[in-house]
Amino acid sequence: MSAWISMICILIGTLFILIAAIGILRMPDLLMRMHAATKAGTLGAGLILIGVMFHFQKWNVTVEAIFTILFIFITAPIASHLLARAAYFRGIKLAKMTITDELKDHYDRKLS
Amino acid sequence: MVIKIWNVIIYFSLVLVMLSIVICFIRMIIGPALPDRVVALDLTANLLISFIAIFSVIANQSVYIDVVIALALIVFLTTVAFAKLIAWQSTIQKKIRNKETS
Repeated sequence: MSAWISMICILIGTLFILIAAIGILRMPDLLMRMHAATKAGTLGAGLILIGVMFHFQKWNVTVEAIFTILFIFITAPIASHLLARAAYFRGIKLAKMTITDELKDHYDRKLS
Repeated sequence: MVIKIWNVIIYFSLVLVMLSIVICFIRMIIGPALPDRVVALDLTANLLISFIAIFSVIANQSVYIDVVIALALIVFLTTVAFAKLIAWQSTIQKKIRNKETS
């Protein structure tokens, strides 16, 4: 039973990771790419670690996997937010289909 | 029978993760600016975490989970450092431009 659970978790996580990679190749904009990469990639890595946890069923592996999942889920939004903010103020080009840019009137980003 | 299907699916997911790493490298090469490359690098590290986790299942060695923890710690620091570098570059350029215009 636990073998099936770990197999299904690893397979679903891998599919999420593949979606993240396709999104990072196909999306037109930096912010959209970051959206695809961060969310789907984090979820995929978490699911794969849950699968590993169910496969080994040892005390130390479970604790380490839970801590890794917690760490990834905490740090991925922080890193992504820092990078998006820095890139926005650097003046990256937004995609043409962008409808609203609410920070446009508040900051000067005419640069490079 | 279960074991056979299990092996097939584990190797299949390993191949899919490797394919994703290749796609990330393509984005890292063609990325127009530095932030795109950093995003691709971040996702590549995330994929390496998944790769090592799946490989620990294949090798049946739980020691590789330690590698996953260390990699997850280092990746966060790398992305934060790159974000700081990008912000620092833009402030330096802004200072230079202000000096030229004034």
